[in-house]
Amino acid sequence: MSTPILEVRNLCKSFGGVVAIDNVNIQVAEGEIHALIGPNGAGKTTLISQLSGLLQPDSGNIIFQGKDITGLPPYQFSLAGLARSFQITSVFQELTLADNVALAVQAHAGHAFRFWRNAKKDPALREPAMAYLKQVGLEERAGWLASEVSHGERRQLEIAMALATDPVLLLLDEPMAGMGREESAELIGILKNLRTEKTLLLVEHDMDAVFALADRISVLVYGQVIASGTADEIRNNSKVRSAYLGEDES
Amino acid sequence: MVLLLAVVPYVLYVTGNTFWLDIFTRLVILAIAACGLNLILGLGGLVSFGHAAYIGIGAYAVGIPVYHETYGGMDAIASYNGFVHLGLALLCCAIFAFITGVISLRTRGVNFIMITMAFGQMMFYAIVSIETYGGDDGLTIDLRSELPFINLDSPLSLYGLCYISLLVVVFLTYRIRNSRFGITLQGAKSNEERMNAIGVNCYKYQLTAFVMSGVICGYAGFLLGNFTTFISPEMMDWTRSGEIMFMVILGGAAMLWGPVIGAVLFIVLEFVLSEYTVYWHLPFGLMLIFAVLFLRDGVTGAIHGLSSSGARHQS
Ligand SMILES: Nc1ncnc2c1ncn2[C@@H]1O[C@H](COP(=O)(O)OP(=O)(O)OP(=O)(O)O)[C@@H](O)[C@H]1O
Ligand SMILES: [Mg+2]
Repeated sequence: MSTPILEVRNLCKSFGGVVAIDNVNIQVAEGEIHALIGPNGAGKTTLISQLSGLLQPDSGNIIFQGKDITGLPPYQFSLAGLARSFQITSVFQELTLADNVALAVQAHAGHAFRFWRNAKKDPALREPAMAYLKQVGLEERAGWLASEVSHGERRQLEIAMALATDPVLLLLDEPMAGMGREESAELIGILKNLRTEKTLLLVEHDMDAVFALADRISVLVYGQVIASGTADEIRNNSKVRSAYLGEDES
Repeated sequence: MVLLLAVVPYVLYVTGNTFWLDIFTRLVILAIAACGLNLILGLGGLVSFGHAAYIGIGAYAVGIPVYHETYGGMDAIASYNGFVHLGLALLCCAIFAFITGVISLRTRGVNFIMITMAFGQMMFYAIVSIETYGGDDGLTIDLRSELPFINLDSPLSLYGLCYISLLVVVFLTYRIRNSRFGITLQGAKSNEERMNAIGVNCYKYQLTAFVMSGVICGYAGFLLGNFTTFISPEMMDWTRSGEIMFMVILGGAAMLWGPVIGAVLFIVLEFVLSEYTVYWHLPFGLMLIFAVLFLRDGVTGAIHGLSSSGARHQS
């Protein structure tokens, strides 16, 4: 494996007495889709939150593109090229979809100390925003408020916003959560199209999606990585079968 | 609205109702302050409870230089020149807002309300304790600021200046609201975690807005000092901050004309209610609670809603 784009070293995080992340080591290679699976409460979201800077680890390091970014404020993570989507949809409810994405474009277009020009009519923001909406199939909803569209569409908006920050590595926390079959299939298609441009770390419960997309899979159980490897290796791993996949089939 | 505020006071004055012109002047000055507060409260979603301090600073920036020019001392700032007063008002407000903003913007919610209020009260007690400027008893401004072309001793000129200032401030906030800066502020109000996740350091934008907001209130204070010619620490009291907040929230935070409508409502209510009872702050408070609970965008929003739903029914 070439040098990893993201390297997580001995990461630990507890909430009071609960150890959510217990000495985790993960490497994500450039250009791969790396899936992170595990039962409920395994610590997947906690890990993603630390990788996006929104949570500070208790100990351990996060090395991204060869730089140690542990402890930086969250907006620095984003500026460094890490973008995330949220398991619990987190968008700007009172803005239109186009405004939501334009805000993300604007966030990466340099400082916003511009007080005069109408940003809602600025083609430098509008055009890329429309392109990202189109990429996730939402261009027809551009003028709708985020609070008015369906749950599935808000999930797609999450992804458009993450893409709009032009990340190197996308952290997707259960992007298909709560989506219907058709919508999921559509999203799998969208993510497949991304694989040539981006590296993805994908948290997902939907095993069909995981096996359809992932180059490699890491399995997190009780805050520990119990296995890491290709889809076949994971499928045939006895530890994983008993701890996780077995559970899933019942 | 714009026309009403331009024509009515003029007619009133010409027909000899100077009392009413005074009411209008006060109204317009309060509306400017409310627009200033609205920048941080409406656009930024941060409830600052200490904005009367900036009005006070602006007013004392007129009173103190005039006092020294008349009675000697403090040569560096002693002056009747309006530009000196104005410069001092804006500069002091910017500095005070920057220092208090750096600290208070690290907190949110109730803590932010309390800490901004504490800073406001700090300013209040600071002025109370300075005997030279009258302390508790206040300070009479012997001469109004001297400005070229405008004679502030003429009530009509003073009103004209206030009126034009209000228009400028409203237009300014209108531009800011749709600018990248304004949208960043509104994003931080809507979902700060999301802003962080897309790479925005909300703090520096909020701090800038806080300073701008304080400076606008300081400008209102400069006008107020010239209007009343009597200033006292009482104008910095937290209840005064509450009144400006009342205007913004009742009128409709985040609505462009909300603060102006709020200031009109405030003046009308104060006028009507104080006829009946000295405890007129009580119904004020109740109305504010009503507005917060039931009118999301204040009275302005409600009117908007009514007229647009009416339009929908017609179509
Ligand atoms: N802010 C918090 N405070 C206290 N405990 C927390 C907090 N966030 C997570 N936890 C706990 O940490 C553990 C891991 O939670 P986490 O949300 O990371 O799991 P997850 O793998 O994302 O689960 P799911 O599949 O349900 O999304 C759980 O036991 C959870 O209760
Ligand atoms: Mg989770």
